[in-house]
Amino acid sequence: MSNEDVLNPKRMPHEPEKATLEGKNKFLGFWFFLGGETVLFASLFGTYLALNDSTAGGPSADELFGLELVFIMTMLLLTSSLTSVYAIYHMKNNDLGKMLVWLGVTVALGFAFLGCEIYEFYHYIHGEHFTFRSSAFGSAFYTLVGFHGGHVLFGLLWILSLIIRNAKRGINLYNAPKFYVASLYWHFIDVVWVFIFTVVYLMGKVG
Amino acid sequence: MSTAVAQKKGFGAFLWDYLTTVDHKKIAHLYLVSGGLFFLLGGLEAMIIRIQLMKPDNEFISAGLYNEMLTMHGTTMIFLAAMPLIFALMNAVVPLQIGARDVAFPFLNSLGFWLFLAGGVILNCSWFMGGAPDAGWTAYAPLSTTSPGHGVDFYVIGLQIAGAGTLIGGINFLVTIVNMRAPGMSYMRMPLFTWAVFVTSTLILFAFPALTVGLFLMMFDRMFGSAFFDVNAGGNVIIWEHLFWIFGHPEVYILILPLFGAFSDIFSTFSKKRLFGYSAMVFATVLIGFLGFMVWAHHMFTTGMGPVANSIFAVTTMAIAVPTGIKIFNWLFTMWGGAIRMTTAMLWSIAFIPTFTIGGMTGVMLASAAADYQYHDTYFVVAHFHYVIVGGVVFGIFASLHYWWPKMFGKVLNEKLGKLTFWPFFIGFHLTFFIQHFLGLMGMPRRYWKFLEGQGLETGNMISSIGAFFMAFGTIVFLINVVYTAVKEEKAPADPYDGRTLEWSIPSPPPFYNFKQTPLVRGLDPLWVEKSEGKKGMTPAEPLGDIHMPNSSILPFVMSLGLFIAGFGFIYQVDNIAWLSLVFIGMGITLGCMLIRSVKDDLGYHVHKEDLEEEGGH
Amino acid sequence: MAKDTKTKSTTDFKKEAHKEEMKQQVVTFALMIIFTIAAFALVVSDVIDRYFIIPIILLLALVQVIFQLYYFMHMKNKGHEMPALMIYGGISVAVMTILTFTTIIWW
Repeated sequence: MSNEDVLNPKRMPHEPEKATLEGKNKFLGFWFFLGGETVLFASLFGTYLALNDSTAGGPSADELFGLELVFIMTMLLLTSSLTSVYAIYHMKNNDLGKMLVWLGVTVALGFAFLGCEIYEFYHYIHGEHFTFRSSAFGSAFYTLVGFHGGHVLFGLLWILSLIIRNAKRGINLYNAPKFYVASLYWHFIDVVWVFIFTVVYLMGKVG
Repeated sequence: MSTAVAQKKGFGAFLWDYLTTVDHKKIAHLYLVSGGLFFLLGGLEAMIIRIQLMKPDNEFISAGLYNEMLTMHGTTMIFLAAMPLIFALMNAVVPLQIGARDVAFPFLNSLGFWLFLAGGVILNCSWFMGGAPDAGWTAYAPLSTTSPGHGVDFYVIGLQIAGAGTLIGGINFLVTIVNMRAPGMSYMRMPLFTWAVFVTSTLILFAFPALTVGLFLMMFDRMFGSAFFDVNAGGNVIIWEHLFWIFGHPEVYILILPLFGAFSDIFSTFSKKRLFGYSAMVFATVLIGFLGFMVWAHHMFTTGMGPVANSIFAVTTMAIAVPTGIKIFNWLFTMWGGAIRMTTAMLWSIAFIPTFTIGGMTGVMLASAAADYQYHDTYFVVAHFHYVIVGGVVFGIFASLHYWWPKMFGKVLNEKLGKLTFWPFFIGFHLTFFIQHFLGLMGMPRRYWKFLEGQGLETGNMISSIGAFFMAFGTIVFLINVVYTAVKEEKAPADPYDGRTLEWSIPSPPPFYNFKQTPLVRGLDPLWVEKSEGKKGMTPAEPLGDIHMPNSSILPFVMSLGLFIAGFGFIYQVDNIAWLSLVFIGMGITLGCMLIRSVKDDLGYHVHKEDLEEEGGH
Repeated sequence: MAKDTKTKSTTDFKKEAHKEEMKQQVVTFALMIIFTIAAFALVVSDVIDRYFIIPIILLLALVQVIFQLYYFMHMKNKGHEMPALMIYGGISVAVMTILTFTTIIWW
């Protein structure tokens, strides 16, 4: 396949993200990377579970967490997962405009989530004097949730740069795998969050 | 662009070519040279250790320096010598063995190398910047979290960066092997080396994230005041041990499995027989990889995990002896009745079998949790893991380098000098480490700076140190051989050993696109299948056409440079907050490069059919 | 692909298939929302004993993640054998790690 065909295909195939060898490699490589990320987050979850009672006299999970904000954050991230599905749906139908709109919504929801998280951390640090350094529990909490937040931020910047870069040119066989892989990453972030709200917040509340 | 053309253009162009290359064959050279240099450095550290322990109550180096030596010896040899040398072999051989023109992610391949090098250089900068890490290569907390100075900071940052490179390399080879195999190269026709690399890469994928997390926790504790390993604030030091060994035990299989694969190819080639029990070998490789994740806590029998956990991990550990035994017997049966040629590569491989078997046997001894209380932290353990790591990994690297040297550099290494490398090294190795079993059983603890007179340890340590000099001599002969071969030996043919697998069907060294036409694979040992039907080479699977190649790029180098700069910022911001500026500059460079990579179209270029035809036959 | 005539009907058929998949994904999303609300409600209402709540909410999380992987990330589709292998590999190491950190680290 010539470079010209990759950038301006005469017809878009059924699955543009896997139409070229490069696309297939990206697709597979990214899935494998997510397999590794699973272990990364498992190590962080394990550390958190080992240390979540080690409050060293500071506030415990039960005293600290409020569920209202976490519920809102969960809804935001879950919805953003669906909107990125919509974006990929329109990508497969070769509809650039609609894809960009849905990606835009995804990014907006992601930033709202991140805003809530920053507010939450700010509240813990200044309201409750619960910091990264106050106890092993504090270190483990901020590290686990912060790693997830870092992933969210990275994903947002990534999707934003993809939107800006490709806003003026159509979907082609070169950028379709990039969009697809970015959406996989976004779903994975949601997968991790499902366990965070269950293991950290809900189980923290149950005690 | 062949190497010859690059050399004509002068040193600057040659350097630029290697800084920007995305060609797996050149990246293999880079890995080999830098891994080789770190191997010499680690060897030098080992020699200093052995000189210090030559006689009782020796004052050759101070106690603090001794701690730094033993830490850096272990860390260097595992992360900066063995890993890159294995990656050199993987890069040089795997794409050729599966009939591919390049790896799946040439750009990431280059990035993986430069990250490794950045990490390795950071780690070794510690020598000149106030002292090397001194908490052992395992860096157990709280010894490591309370170690004064910046030594352990260099360990944390250096390994973090090098580890990221390794993870990238692992994913790259997984995708390469899954997606880039030539037509007809089914999984069960892959050479054993490729199979081993596949399993190894899976282990890298699942093991390295645990190290990443462990290193982050230690970094946060040492540099940002968190309390993961600080018992006063509720921390738990055992978390580090578990994270380290969840990574660390698969790591030893990451080291040995590729060489198991290489030995299989070498035995088969130089016995002129197909590998005995191919499918059993594949099964054993996968099983070792699988079991490799269930045994890590046998490094921690004396930690106090309790009898139940100790028993479980003792049993899983002993179970690994079964697939390893399958392999040993299959190698023996491959040689049995074969037309054996005693080349240097074969010599290293044959020497590996008894050596590794001794290491495996002491491994089963150590796996008995109750007995381990006696062996733990003595020279018995040191002897055991040197028997498997030197006897397996280093012997394997020497064997593979002698075997694949013509494919990497176009010349067969001189056989006489090869044998002069082997014998002193082999004899020296057993002199050094066999006696250490007994030193350990007599109670000599590992990692001690000195031993005293009159405890019966003098002779053993003397013999051990003498052996080390033999090994050093062998290594020097190898270096001489490399130079001698480059100057004096003649150019090697495509297939100097009457080989069996695809890499021997193309010229030595191969053109930059590897295969002019993708070969059609019709069975296990594809080249041998064609030869046995009287054909000279592979049947092409496609007509001659344009070949798509990736563009070179300087970005991987700059990205790694950014992390290198940021690394120093992280280490020194503890002393003065102004150093944080380096973190921002460095991370800015790296993230900026990532952005450029993401938004700049890089579709590669095509080598045209007409140009290929002009080059003639091969 | 070369044989694919790409008449209007095949394009329509593919669009139809995409739509069908989209419908499934919306249903999945609705179920995930319900599970999430159920998990939060269980914890807030405090009607069941905590020894039951924890396994139930973990189960709900697990089902949600399976939905994400199989529907949102298309692991149910063809060509996902290798991704599934590696994800399950990652999950097994993850489970072992978490098991370790909740059982044999002294306390």
